[in-house]
Amino acid sequence: MISDLLPPGVLLILGGALLPFLRGPARSVALIVAPLLTLWAVWTVPDGVVMTAAFLDYTLEIVEGDKLSRLFALVFTIAAFGGGLFGLRQESTRELSAAYVYAGSSIGVCFAGDLVTLFVFWEVMAVASAIVVWGGGDARSYRAGMRYLYVHLLGGVLLMAGITAHIMETGAIDVTRALPSTTGTWLMLAGILVNAGAPPLWSWVADSYPASSWSGAVFLSAFTTKTSVYVLIRMYPGTEILLWIGLAMIFYGVIYALLENDMRRILVYSIVNQVGFMVTAVGIGTETALNGATAHAFAHILYKALLLMSAGAVLYQTGGVRKCTELGGLVRSMPFTTLGAVIGAVSICAFPLTSGFVTKSMITDAAGSEHMATVWFLLEVASAGAIVYVGLRFVWFVFFGTDSGLRPKDPPLSMKAAMGLMMVLCLAIGLWPQPLYALLPFPVDYKPYTDYHVLHQLQLLLFAGAAFFLTVPFTRPRETVTLDFDWFFRRFGMMLAREFSLHGGRAGNSLLAGGKGAVGRFVRLVERSHGAGGILARTWATSTAVLSVMVLLFLYLLVYYV
Amino acid sequence: MILANLAALQVVIPLLAAPIGIALRPATLAWAWATLVAIAAFACSVGLFLQVQTGGPISYAIGGWEPPWGIEYKVDALSTFMLVLISGIGASVLLYARRSVEAEIDPPRIYLFYVAYLLCLSGLLGMVITGDAFNVFVFLEISSLSSYAMIAMGKSRRALAAAYHYLILGTVGATFYVIGVGMVYMLTGTLNMDDLARLMPQAAGYRTLEVALAFFTVGLALKLALFPMHKWLPDAYTYAPSVVTAFLASTSTKVGLYVMIRVFFTVFGAPYMTEGIPVADVLVVLALAAMFSGSAVAIWQGDLKRSLAYSSVAQIGYMVLGVALISVAGMTAGLLHLFNHALMKAALFLALGAVFLRIGSVHIQDMQGIARQMPITMACFVVGGLSLIGVPLTAGFISKWYLMLAAFQDGRWWLAVLIVLSSLLAVVYVWRVVEAAYLRPRPQGAPVATEAPLSLLLPMIGMAAANIWFGIDTSFSMTAAEAAARAALGAALGTGGVQ
Repeated sequence: MISDLLPPGVLLILGGALLPFLRGPARSVALIVAPLLTLWAVWTVPDGVVMTAAFLDYTLEIVEGDKLSRLFALVFTIAAFGGGLFGLRQESTRELSAAYVYAGSSIGVCFAGDLVTLFVFWEVMAVASAIVVWGGGDARSYRAGMRYLYVHLLGGVLLMAGITAHIMETGAIDVTRALPSTTGTWLMLAGILVNAGAPPLWSWVADSYPASSWSGAVFLSAFTTKTSVYVLIRMYPGTEILLWIGLAMIFYGVIYALLENDMRRILVYSIVNQVGFMVTAVGIGTETALNGATAHAFAHILYKALLLMSAGAVLYQTGGVRKCTELGGLVRSMPFTTLGAVIGAVSICAFPLTSGFVTKSMITDAAGSEHMATVWFLLEVASAGAIVYVGLRFVWFVFFGTDSGLRPKDPPLSMKAAMGLMMVLCLAIGLWPQPLYALLPFPVDYKPYTDYHVLHQLQLLLFAGAAFFLTVPFTRPRETVTLDFDWFFRRFGMMLAREFSLHGGRAGNSLLAGGKGAVGRFVRLVERSHGAGGILARTWATSTAVLSVMVLLFLYLLVYYV
Repeated sequence: MILANLAALQVVIPLLAAPIGIALRPATLAWAWATLVAIAAFACSVGLFLQVQTGGPISYAIGGWEPPWGIEYKVDALSTFMLVLISGIGASVLLYARRSVEAEIDPPRIYLFYVAYLLCLSGLLGMVITGDAFNVFVFLEISSLSSYAMIAMGKSRRALAAAYHYLILGTVGATFYVIGVGMVYMLTGTLNMDDLARLMPQAAGYRTLEVALAFFTVGLALKLALFPMHKWLPDAYTYAPSVVTAFLASTSTKVGLYVMIRVFFTVFGAPYMTEGIPVADVLVVLALAAMFSGSAVAIWQGDLKRSLAYSSVAQIGYMVLGVALISVAGMTAGLLHLFNHALMKAALFLALGAVFLRIGSVHIQDMQGIARQMPITMACFVVGGLSLIGVPLTAGFISKWYLMLAAFQDGRWWLAVLIVLSSLLAVVYVWRVVEAAYLRPRPQGAPVATEAPLSLLLPMIGMAAANIWFGIDTSFSMTAAEAAARAALGAALGTGGVQ
């Protein structure tokens, strides 16, 4: 078996490393074949530890398979394939190459049986994904990528500190269930949550992903946050704090998406929102909830990729128009892309017969059956919110709504093929959920298509939809804030947001803004003393240096005497 | 016969070979002679290492005068570890040196350079091998004087000022050390380190001893460039010829740390370091200051030699931190980092030396886009840089990992967090170079560089490969560092050490 020799993730990483040396058709073939080979390798990983290596005093379990790891690896591979196909026309080999390394390392994380291997892949992911962000190619994306890299390296620092502490405390390096009770487990949890887009550092998601290129965002949406969900499922199921962190993310995503004008940023806020669902499910921690988190991650990666592909197609065909206010009425010239966006949107809304329906309801149901009334209610409210902001907001203002006069054509065949693949998958999972359920880590006795579920969901959709269309005149995205009713709406949104701040939403951001200011001041202070010509960087006169030595000797004597 | 006298040969070979070098005027001949001698010295160290590994510590009485009256060469796990490192780096740098020295040093003085190099090497080896506190001072002066001379040979006129500055501070440091030795001699009447350790309890309680410790601390902190006594180092590294920088950065400060370990743990003993006098706490604070301040300065330096010099100041902080934890784990981590850091800085400075040979500058502005023209050199630089950051699968990761484990073992998890946080600063100053060399285009009108010659590339690749090798297979470095740590702490703590 291939996984005895080479971890499946490394196969894809090698594929990515090969890309820069290929041109023309060879490059296209490699782009298609590398994920397919990986898919086969992932599929054939058996249960148990397959590949080990000795490192320091430990035995690393580089590849360890089970249902959960295979399922996540599977969807990551599909996302890589879809992204590669979609990005076939991407001229920047650097971006595609980095994207495959990024995808491969996230697959590596899935199969990592020990914390050291996990950490190695985790860091490769951080660097590779930053390069994908830089694929945006302008100064804005460079700065966003840099900020992104620093947030993730900070997360890596926490994770690494946590891992060493954990090994010190327990002597074990296995990736197993670890409730946050010790310094080590808390630090690890913090490090993992940074990648999930959890508060207080959550703004990196909306900051960096929209700065990437039309194809880069498709990759970015799939891996980082979901790898984090995977590790949370594996290590921290049933940790109560995750419940509240998840809910905070859900509402953060909704509220910010409502105030956003950049089409991809709307979609990106919804990543935070959807990952919030999964994190909440991990916090609930029952078998149904974990199944739900896994299934929802699977479905989410596919429809989010589809949505970002349709946004990417718009971006590619219009030559970089990002704002909802400048788009509209594209259905006339981009019917296929519109279809993709609609299918993605109905999936994210959890419309019956789509993938979102058969997965998200597992999570809400898990909350219901655990008698977590507050959580259940909040999840329902947020589901309704989700419908409004992407389901309708993105699709309506970009493809329907006021005609912008733009007439871009549907994208080239390869991009259409990638979108088609995702559409088929979204619908297929919605229509025939059983194969997916069979792959879930725990046995499933969940029936999505009961009268109650379907009616309940349709009701929710109906009301949310009605609410959206009634408020269309007021919620139309605006370039500038004008003093009409819209202003009131925005103010209301802001008020809502401020209310919400009690639970961390805006507070997190304002703290972050305050923090940024403080950091900025601190950096300037350090630069003054350490920068070129600063007191600590200057060459001191010999006499000064000798004098300082005398002073130090004096201080030492003082310290030693006292 | 040879095997029994390896301890003496270790120092005597380079020491006697140096004056012979004066007769070998042609540059290539001088180089060949020095290289041959350095390789012989390396062979001696490996031999000693194997002897100690199988037969335990060796005590060698110079001239047949038994210790504590005569000078004793004391070869144990700690000293052989250092000997292998120093002579290994010394030989590799010489293999690299020929072309670089031809380009950077006045041709008529080249043979003198090699003489100074051998003297410096023998001084460093002597400091490590001797078991006599005063003899350390003698070798310290030999190595220091020759390094002042080597630094002064730098092309820039500032090299002279840098060497002078180093001369003053180095002399102050050495004088402080010898004052410390004088004070303990006054109290105990002996200069042999083991004998000092034995007699130390009788001297306990005298104020003189505390004063001696203060002089030792400041004097040695100067030699090993511990913050805030590091100001001589950046100029010296920046203006010295590339080869000298690579050699000194990988060996000289390390030997300073070695002597500090010897004085603190062999002579004074670990209990003295923790009870009553907060030496260890002071060192922890200074080490942390070095880690952050050094890295911060490195971020804003345009001249990369200077940037890396400040990074050395920061890395010395890691080593001192490990030592100051006063546990076997901490000492092991400190020594491991000492070893690994020597490899990183050797790789980095050798790469910069090659760049300097080709474009005559190592300023970050001048190195824009250089990676396309010198791909192998810059790849070696990146490997060294990754190791400096502490990326997994490089040597730097191993030592930071053990340093963190030691911090956790000590119950100071905040120290572990600070260790990784400060390594983020290394990301910044290494990344700057990667960005300039790889992502920027070569500026218009910039000199076209070609890849460095093979004689430079091979030792450089060797050092880069060593960074990866010792990041994966730690059996040598780890075992040696642990044995060395036990040897250093063993006398004071019993063979079990502090757990």
